[in-house]
Amino acid sequence: MSDSLKKKLKLKVSAINDGTVIDHIPSENLFKVISILGLEKVKSQITFGFNFESEKMGSKAIIKVSDVFFEDDEINKISLIARNAKLNIIRDYEVVEKRVVEVPDKVIGIVKCFNPKCITNNEEITTYFNVISKNPLDLKCKYCEKITHEHQMVIK
Amino acid sequence: MKKKDLISITDYSKEDYLHILDLAADFEKNPNQRLLEGKVVASLFFEPSTRTRLSFETAINRLGGRIIGFSDAGSSSVSKGETLHDTIRMVSNYVDLIVMRHHLEGSARYAAEVADVPVINAGDGANQHPTQTLLDMYSILKTQGTLDNINIFMIGDLKYGRTVHSLLMALSEFVNPIFNFIAPEELAMPEEYKLFLKEKGIRFFEHTEINENINHADIIYMTRVQKERFMDPIEYEKVKNVYILRNNMLNDTKSNMRILHPLPRINEIHPDVDKNEKAYYFTQAKNGVYTRQAIIAHILNLK
Repeated sequence: MSDSLKKKLKLKVSAINDGTVIDHIPSENLFKVISILGLEKVKSQITFGFNFESEKMGSKAIIKVSDVFFEDDEINKISLIARNAKLNIIRDYEVVEKRVVEVPDKVIGIVKCFNPKCITNNEEITTYFNVISKNPLDLKCKYCEKITHEHQMVIK
Repeated sequence: MKKKDLISITDYSKEDYLHILDLAADFEKNPNQRLLEGKVVASLFFEPSTRTRLSFETAINRLGGRIIGFSDAGSSSVSKGETLHDTIRMVSNYVDLIVMRHHLEGSARYAAEVADVPVINAGDGANQHPTQTLLDMYSILKTQGTLDNINIFMIGDLKYGRTVHSLLMALSEFVNPIFNFIAPEELAMPEEYKLFLKEKGIRFFEHTEINENINHADIIYMTRVQKERFMDPIEYEKVKNVYILRNNMLNDTKSNMRILHPLPRINEIHPDVDKNEKAYYFTQAKNGVYTRQAIIAHILNLK
């Protein structure tokens, strides 16, 4: 078997012409990533795969989106649940750029405030946090001013 | 021009504090100034609070303003299930200023976003109560002549007591404060505030009992252990009688020392302290009216 065939078999998911490959997503968070990026509304071809073996992560998920390129602001939203996600930007079957996700300075929506007495848990309000520490993640609610720590984080 | 709100004490700078305290002194000299003539203020107390509401309403009356509102959520459309958003949107159409208290934390910040008119937070759950902090500062300034170099002892519930947290943040803006915390372990000052002081290089000491240490104090700030902040009533019973200030503990305290308390008190200051000239809590409550007049004047740019 040729090396290139081996490589293709290893890929398991078909290559895309133009678009974005998001790799190293924790398997258990794949559907949350899909939801945060709003991929259910995308019209172009998308391939999802999960429970792939990964040396670093044990199990990982991957998403290949044809003809879609993400802005930094948009893609950084997934950093909360896919800390080590990597992006490959594909043009004409070639990887033209590699990017990592970064925790943004503000987190709007996405995360629930851990404080049950916070107004955002009692009325239809978009949550808003200032990130006061990126590692470990500490989010300070703009409304109740309480800090949601990483281990308390619940994705909305 | 961007509207001014007062939601959290840290929204304001030291200059704002000093401007408000100056105005408060002016209102104390001359309380009846009809700066709110022709204006309507909403007093929205979704959660009952006699003292704060009466203090605000007195301040508004002394400024010649009119008041609409309610003193508990039961007598408002909230009891029909109206959202805070809708109540505030509606009231904001009617008035020039909203004063609100609500049991949910962050409700005042949210209301300020929804309203077209300024919002003053008169307490949002266990979160913030900035007008209390300003009247505390006014009381310290009046009794000590300065807000610099104050040695303050905070006693009681330092974990859930929002007034001590806000006062700590505000006094940290001034020169060389010293903080002393006296609380049972269950109600100790939270780490985040101690970290804040450490980062600013401000001295603080922690004690587990009221003893002769208080003889160094310029201000003793007593707080009530609030039953409603406890999930578990047994925890409340364990700590409610721990720290009680009695007159015989004050014999060797400094002559300038004054005792503050946001009130209401339950039993944490024995009534025998009341006749001591160092007891200042009732005058402190009176200062609240002048301070709230000053805050309203500051927010509406009336002075």
